[in-house]
Amino acid sequence: MTGLGNLIKRNCRLFFKDKGMFFTSLITPIILLVLYATFLANVYKSSFMSALPEGFVDAENIIDKTVAGQLFSSLLAVCCITVAFCSNMLMVQDKVNGVRKDLTVTPVKRSVLALSYYVSTAFSTLIVCFGAAAACFIYIANIGWYMSAEDVLMILGDIFLLVMFGTALSSIVNSFLTSQGQISAVGTVVSAGYGFICGAYMPISQFGEGLQKVLSFLPGTYGTSLLKNHAMRGVFEEMTDIGFPEEIVEAIKDSVDCNLYFFDNKVETGDMCLILAIADVVLIGVYIILNMRKSDARR
Amino acid sequence: MSENIIEIEHLNKSFGDVKAVNDLSIRVKEGELYAFLGVNGAGKSTTISIICGQLSKDSGKVVVSGRNIDDGMEDVTRSLGVVFQNSALDMALNVRENLESRAALYGIKGERFRKRLEELSEILDFKDILTRTVGKLSGGQRRRIDIARALLHRPKILILDEPTTGLDLQTRKLLWDVTEKLRRSDNMTVFLTTHYMEEAADADYVVILDSGRISAEGTPLELKNKYTGDFITLYGVTERELDKIELPKENIRDGVRIAVPNTAAATELIVRYPELFKDYEITKGKMDDVFLAVTGKKLIGGNEK
Repeated sequence: MTGLGNLIKRNCRLFFKDKGMFFTSLITPIILLVLYATFLANVYKSSFMSALPEGFVDAENIIDKTVAGQLFSSLLAVCCITVAFCSNMLMVQDKVNGVRKDLTVTPVKRSVLALSYYVSTAFSTLIVCFGAAAACFIYIANIGWYMSAEDVLMILGDIFLLVMFGTALSSIVNSFLTSQGQISAVGTVVSAGYGFICGAYMPISQFGEGLQKVLSFLPGTYGTSLLKNHAMRGVFEEMTDIGFPEEIVEAIKDSVDCNLYFFDNKVETGDMCLILAIADVVLIGVYIILNMRKSDARR
Repeated sequence: MSENIIEIEHLNKSFGDVKAVNDLSIRVKEGELYAFLGVNGAGKSTTISIICGQLSKDSGKVVVSGRNIDDGMEDVTRSLGVVFQNSALDMALNVRENLESRAALYGIKGERFRKRLEELSEILDFKDILTRTVGKLSGGQRRRIDIARALLHRPKILILDEPTTGLDLQTRKLLWDVTEKLRRSDNMTVFLTTHYMEEAADADYVVILDSGRISAEGTPLELKNKYTGDFITLYGVTERELDKIELPKENIRDGVRIAVPNTAAATELIVRYPELFKDYEITKGKMDDVFLAVTGKKLIGGNEK
C-alpha cells in the first residue's frame, strides 16, 4: 500500500483547490435551493395547507417544518451523488492530462491507485455533505427544531450510505471515460438529471405510475427516501401530537416519498437501508472486478 | 565491458492494422547515452511506453535492470525515471506539493524527502519557486521540475522522451549538464528520444527507427562514416579555381564546400593539390544527413518532411 495515504491527500487537495470542479459539484444543490426559494416551498406549503382540515393551532408552523425537512433531505440526497461524481472526475482528468502515466510509472500498484480515487472521493464528498448537513441543521433550528439525537445520527448514517453509493457508481462510470468532452457530458447529465430521478426536485409520487415503477428499481430512490424519513420523522410526530388525522399524516408521507412502494408493497426504512447497503457492496465489487480485468488486459 | 541495462528482443506491438513496433531488438549498456531517432509515429514512444509498463506488448521480451517486465513492474519502475514529452505534474499544486506526493510513491518521505528536495533544488536551481503553483511556471521552469521529479528516487535509467522540445537554450544546457554529471557520478543510463540531431550526435549509441523497425544503428561516428561522406570547406577560393577537382561542389559565403566520400579521399585531394589547400577544414557529415540517407526523410520538429 505504498503511497496510498499520499495519493488520497493529493486527490483531496486537488478537488478542493480546483474551484471549477468544486463549484460544479454544488450546482445541483444550488439549483434546488433556488427552486425552493422561488416557488417550490410555496407550492408545497399551499398544497399541504389545503389538505388540512380547519382549526389546527400552529398548523402553518408545522407545515413550514415539513417543507424545511423536504428541502433538507432533497438537498443532501443530490449533494451526496453530484459531489461524488465531480470529485471522482479527477480519475478521468488524470488520464486526459497525462498525470496517470506519471503515477503508474511508479512502484504503486494500479489497485492502490484505484482505491485512492475511491477513498479520496468518498472523503471529499463526506466533508462537503457533512458541511451541507451542518448548514441544514442550523436552518432547521431557525425554523423550529424538531429532531431527536437519533434522527441526527440516522441522517448522518444515511449520508454515509449515499456517499458510498455515489462514490462507487461514479467510480464505475468514470473508469470508462477518457476525454474532457465525456467529463463534461457526464457531469451535465448527472447534475441535471439526478435531482429528478431521485425525487429531489419533485417527489416521485408526482410522476406517472410507469415512471414510478422504473424509479423503484434504482437504489438512489431509497437513499433519498431514507433521508426524507429521518429528516421529517419529528415533524410527523408533532403532527400526530397536535391531533392531525392519521390519514392526513400518511397522505403527506406518501406525497413527499417518505412512503415508497415497490409494486404496491410498502418498503420499510430498514429495507431501504439494506437495499442501499447491498447496492454499495455490489457497486464496489463491480469496481474491483473492472480494475482486476484492466490489470489482466494490461498483462 | 558494461552490462546491458535494457535488453529488448523481437518486440512487436500493433494498434489494429498499424504495426507500431516491428520485431525490434535493442541493447542499452549501463551508463551510456542511448538515442532513439525517428519521425512521429516511428515507434519511439510506443517502445518507451512498453518499457515503462504503460502499454502491453503483443510479443517479444523486455528486460530492464535484469528483470523481465513480464515478472512484474514494481522493481523495474524503481529503476526508471521518466521525463515525459509533456509535463505530467499536477498543475493546481505547487512545486513542493507535487514532488512530495510523487516521492511518497517511492516510499521517500519526511527527512529523506527534505534532503533529496534540497539536493535537487540545488542541482536544478529551483529553490526560489518551490511554493509556486506548477501551472503558473514558465515552460523552462516546469521542465526543471519534471526532471527533478524523474530523479527523485535516484533511478538507474533516465528516460527522456523528447525532453528539450520548445525549451530555451539555458534550460536545454542545464538539462544536459545535469544528466552528464549524473552519468559520470552515478553511472546513470540515459535513454533519449529527440528531434534535435545535434543532441543525437552527442549520444554513445544511436538507433534510427522507421515504421517500427530499426533502419540503422551505431555510434554517431559509425553512422556518419557509413551513411554520409566528409566535407572539405576551402576558404578564399572560387569554384572556378577548383575546376580540376571533379567532385560535387557548393559555393558558400566565404569559399567552396566539396563533398568527398571519406576522410581518406580528402587527404588524397590535399596531397594532390596542395596549392589549393591554404585555408580549409574537413568536417564529417551531420546526423541530419545520416537520417536523410537512412530514411529518405528530413526530421523537422518531429514531423516527416
